[in-house]
Amino acid sequence: MKVQVGDKEYSWSGGKIRNIIAAVIVIILVASGVYSIDADETGVVMRFGKFVRQTQPGLHIKIPLGVESVTKIKVKKVFKQEFGFRTLRADVRTRYSSRSYTDESIMLTGDLNVAEVEWIVQYRIEDAYKYIFKIKDTKETLRTMSEAVTRKVVGDRTVTGVLTKERVEIAQEVQDELQGLLDYFEAGIHIVTVKFQDVNPPEPVRPAFNDVNSAKQDKSKMINQAWEAYNNRIPRAKGEAEQLISEAKGYALKRVNRSKGDVALFNNVYREYRKAPDVTRRRLYLEAMNEVLPKVEQIFIIDEEQEGILPHLDLGGNAKGGEGR
Amino acid sequence: MKKNSTILIVIVAIVVIIILNSTLYRVNEFDQGIITQFGEPMGGAITESGLHMKTPFIQKFHRFEKRILIWDGDENQIPTSDKKYIRLNTTARWKIVDPLIFYQSVGNQRGVQSRLDDIIDSASRDVVSAHNLIEIVRNSNDVLDRQEENLIAQTSKLERVSLGRDSLRLMIMEKASELVPQYGIELIDVQIKRLNYVQEVRQKVYERMISERQKIAAMYRSEGKGEKASIDGQRERELQRIQSEAYKTAQDIKGKADAEATKIYAESYGKNPEFYSFLKTLEIYRNTIGENSRAILTTDSDIYKYLKKSRVR
Repeated sequence: MKVQVGDKEYSWSGGKIRNIIAAVIVIILVASGVYSIDADETGVVMRFGKFVRQTQPGLHIKIPLGVESVTKIKVKKVFKQEFGFRTLRADVRTRYSSRSYTDESIMLTGDLNVAEVEWIVQYRIEDAYKYIFKIKDTKETLRTMSEAVTRKVVGDRTVTGVLTKERVEIAQEVQDELQGLLDYFEAGIHIVTVKFQDVNPPEPVRPAFNDVNSAKQDKSKMINQAWEAYNNRIPRAKGEAEQLISEAKGYALKRVNRSKGDVALFNNVYREYRKAPDVTRRRLYLEAMNEVLPKVEQIFIIDEEQEGILPHLDLGGNAKGGEGR
Repeated sequence: MKKNSTILIVIVAIVVIIILNSTLYRVNEFDQGIITQFGEPMGGAITESGLHMKTPFIQKFHRFEKRILIWDGDENQIPTSDKKYIRLNTTARWKIVDPLIFYQSVGNQRGVQSRLDDIIDSASRDVVSAHNLIEIVRNSNDVLDRQEENLIAQTSKLERVSLGRDSLRLMIMEKASELVPQYGIELIDVQIKRLNYVQEVRQKVYERMISERQKIAAMYRSEGKGEKASIDGQRERELQRIQSEAYKTAQDIKGKADAEATKIYAESYGKNPEFYSFLKTLEIYRNTIGENSRAILTTDSDIYKYLKKSRVR
């Protein structure tokens, strides 16, 4: 066979052509007959559409040329579905879509109130055969069921419970029910976790809800302040009380001691007096007068028989003068 | 001649391939179907997966899904029996169970979607409008045990449900299931996917929520005031108690001391009251008579009696 390429003439023998064709055939066979399964995957092999086997990670051979086909499913990877919000880019600082997904997030609570609930579901494909062959679009089914189940569980709770204390409980209930439903449909999915993210009351009622929190804080604050005032005053009062009693005891001691002192003094003098009463009395009297009289500025000594006081005696400073007794 | 045989081989190969293509057909693991001959169905449903054969050209294989399929309804506005307008989204899972009937009645999935729209929507409407709103929101009466704040604040007391969400959706499914076998399909599951108030009702609900929260906030604040008043009262009472008891004890101590002092004095001075008053009076003279005093004494006094005579009695 002669082939003209440009201005050169190539002569190819029949054998050469056969070799080339054989090589091409081998390449096609290898390309469509050899495949590899990664460590986190499993392979589902179908022959003319009929499921024949599942293959483990590694290098494998299948019947080529479209007779056998393989679908690779990641069975170790944990997938995540978001509800009520979307993450734009997960990073050190994760960015969230500012679009509101209120259609997904708004739901009714058991006390006929409204809440906005954001949550995620993390799951793994546990059974590759079921995942592919039991439901068409298993992932969409998971999303739909997740919304239905979450609404049902939230519909049995109070709005306060959903917003605060019961979040973890509710998430667990959702997970259990969702898993039950998916198992009933043979979805081949294992739910790893259901977690609530932001749960808020709707925008227009948020101030009122925040005020309830403020009110709780106000209540605490009032009570704390009252106890503070109590703890401020009462110990101080106890201290004052003790001081009062202390002072009284001090007074008592002083009074008794003084009386004992006074009495001791008297007893001593009296003892001496008893030994010689007349002399002692006269002595005490004269000693006292000796102390007192020198201090007196003016002493008038009048005869005891004298009657009346001389009216014109200058008593110093008294304009009118004394009158008779 | 060689060229002719090559072309002949190629032509034969092409013809064989065309014939094979029309004879063999693949049924996937998730497929089922029927064979029609000149448009008329032949034989039963074909559910075995793998490679099958049929009469080429005149027989055709119609492929349908064997898997569970989703129907997602549009949003419906339905009034409940207590005149609350709600927006309801239902969703269903279904399966083709009889491909033959399926082919003859609707022929394809899109046909089913629109049939299911009608059937399930009307079943939803019937069930929802026959019940109160609370029956479709709640599944149980558990929430009655959980509503502490509401009860204390005397806000809306919740009604009990007798049926609940699950019962209602099963009713919807039952009603719809009666009508689907004619299409060769089966309803596996019906769920309420979304349930919301319509715009006008939502406004009223928000107003109610706001006033409820205001009542609850007021309740907390008044509880706070009440407890504060109680603690303040306790403080005052305690204060009074401490102060009055201390006063009593102090007075008691002082009183006892005074009494004891009096006793001590009495016991001692009482031996000779006259002598005591003599001594005490002398002390008083010492303390009170001082400078700027003037004394008028007669010669009868003990001091001055010797002024007149040297010997007095």
